[in-house]
Amino acid sequence: MSTTIEPLPQPSGAGSPDDHGGYAARLLEVHKNYHLGEHVVRALRGVSIDFPHGDYVAIMGSSGSGKSTLLNLLGALDRPSSGEYILGGQYVSQLTDDDLSAIRNQLIGFIFQSYNLIPQYTVLENIQVPLNYRPGRRDISAEDTERCEFLAGQVGLADRLDHRPFQLSGGQQQRVAIARALVNNPEIILADEPTGNLDSTTEGEIMQLLGQLNEEGRTIIMVTHETSVARRAKRQIIMKDGLIASEGLFGVETEVK
Amino acid sequence: MSNTLRTVQLALKSLMLHKLRSGLTMLGIVFGVYSVIAMLAIGEGASLQAQQQVLALGATNVIVVSKKPPLDGSNNANGARVLQYGLLRSDYRLLVETLPTLLGAVPIREIPSETRYLQKQLNARVVGCTADYLDMNRLQLARGRFITDQDQSQMANVAVIASDVADTLFPFEDPVGKSIQVKESRYKVVGVTRARTASAAIGGSLSGQDFNKDIYIPLRTCEVRIGDLVVNRSSGSFSAEQVELNQITLRVGSVDDVLPTAEAVRESLERTHRNKQDYDVVVPLELLRQANQIRQIFNIVLGSIAAISLVVGGIGIMNIMLATVTERTREIGIRRALGARQSDIIQQFLTETIVLSGSGGLIGVLFGLLTPFAFSGLRWFVLNFVLEASATDSPTGRLFADLHPQIAWWSLPVAFGISVGIGIAFGIYPARSAARMDPIEALRHE
Repeated sequence: MSTTIEPLPQPSGAGSPDDHGGYAARLLEVHKNYHLGEHVVRALRGVSIDFPHGDYVAIMGSSGSGKSTLLNLLGALDRPSSGEYILGGQYVSQLTDDDLSAIRNQLIGFIFQSYNLIPQYTVLENIQVPLNYRPGRRDISAEDTERCEFLAGQVGLADRLDHRPFQLSGGQQQRVAIARALVNNPEIILADEPTGNLDSTTEGEIMQLLGQLNEEGRTIIMVTHETSVARRAKRQIIMKDGLIASEGLFGVETEVK
Repeated sequence: MSNTLRTVQLALKSLMLHKLRSGLTMLGIVFGVYSVIAMLAIGEGASLQAQQQVLALGATNVIVVSKKPPLDGSNNANGARVLQYGLLRSDYRLLVETLPTLLGAVPIREIPSETRYLQKQLNARVVGCTADYLDMNRLQLARGRFITDQDQSQMANVAVIASDVADTLFPFEDPVGKSIQVKESRYKVVGVTRARTASAAIGGSLSGQDFNKDIYIPLRTCEVRIGDLVVNRSSGSFSAEQVELNQITLRVGSVDDVLPTAEAVRESLERTHRNKQDYDVVVPLELLRQANQIRQIFNIVLGSIAAISLVVGGIGIMNIMLATVTERTREIGIRRALGARQSDIIQQFLTETIVLSGSGGLIGVLFGLLTPFAFSGLRWFVLNFVLEASATDSPTGRLFADLHPQIAWWSLPVAFGISVGIGIAFGIYPARSAARMDPIEALRHE
């Protein structure tokens, strides 16, 4: 890589006293049940998986396999019904709603399939959104803005700062989302079908950016349908019926369908 | 601090996304606030008008007026054709001699009479009075002099005329020095008074006292030339009234003396007049207190009516904010995913609502400041197109024509504050429903 986006200085969990220090995130026998009226949908049925620092994982599986539920749990958008999820050394199931918000803000960067930018904001303002929700609610300083501009530059949007999302192409919007995901310097990047709405050329560019982020030390967990995308990850996890069906390195095509 | 500023700025940005919608929503509050201010201004103006009229009677005055006693048949039963009632000159002397708090007293005799100068004539009110009358009623002279004590003692045939009389009888001439005819005698005009606003109605009459159609002559001249007896002849029958004095205006030194003096006046007149009920004691200070009470009632009633429109505006805001929240479900999900707490979401939508209602309130206040102008336009329209020309002279017409809305300055911050309060009250529910959404569901929302 000729340029770096922004290397992660030090894995945040490293050296912490508990034995989860070596991992960015761990799932221990995690169950997740949804109640739909009288029915109970068992979306996850005892998933255990570790994500070491600097991991790059692609989660695959047919729809209904539980991969979205898994991603929501990993993103601290939800709590497990039973089992433990340890993120940055903290047991997520014991945290309050406000704590979860803080964790999402500080430890996780989200990238969505449909970009999920805020339509009325400019590129710069969109990148700044996570800064508004920092613990302590500090004001956005000049350095903060500088950093946002720098990140926009790194994803190739230095000249689009005042544009609104509808003025950008899909690839450009996803770059804004990546810059936004990076603004609080999180350890984990969660990507939900990051290239699902993009053509193959743009897909390549976005995947290259993600690869670069991983090389700089960030843990990347990505849900995807496409094997071409999944193959870029260091390892692949196949979900089926709420359980991890298989785990492997490359050669996933045959197992998907 | 700059964070708050930024929140407001971002709220504005979201509101500007739907300019028409935000504008229309705001309009509800604009009209609500405007009507509160306008209603209070009109109420304030009306009460100020009443206050001025009462003050024109003099806050330190106690006024005793003669009134026709209720017809209980006793007079007619005696076969007397002459109705004798009212204050007597002896009453005047009694009051002046027995009340130590008095600074001055003016006895007045009023007789409506036709007045002539050459071909011109006018129905005026002839007022027999003393030199103190001018001061006591806060009249001012436009030219010439008023009646003097010397005129009294000489029973001089002099008259001071009021502005309307002067305008009618002497449209192109200087009245001073000319002779006018009242009843059988002629009087030399020695002065003209300035026009003055009418004072509050006293003694049960509906209209206020109009000083502009008066002719003042010395009281003793009046006694001698015109007399106490006024005879009305009408189609074959005639009736006569004998009245010595129509009114005695008493003045005391300080406001504190007013009520005890009035009490003393009531007591001493009670003794001399028994239960003839042919006089009234009018205390402007009491009227003023009544006027103040009426003002408060006015303000409360008008303010409440206007407040209803504010509430309607608030409901409009709530409606729109609920729609906005549904529409922006996904944005809420995004923000939650990026680390917003529930309280952040509440703050965001509440800020938007408050900015909306607050700016509506601000515009409403600005409109409210224009109330006096708007009202004078309305008055022009009503006087020219709605009321008939003759109605303008009626008490109601005059009330309307003389009404000048006064902006109650306290109502501006209050109305603005209420608009902000409405933003909070009607914004909290939509904001909370936004904050309580499940982030995952919200993110999935199309």
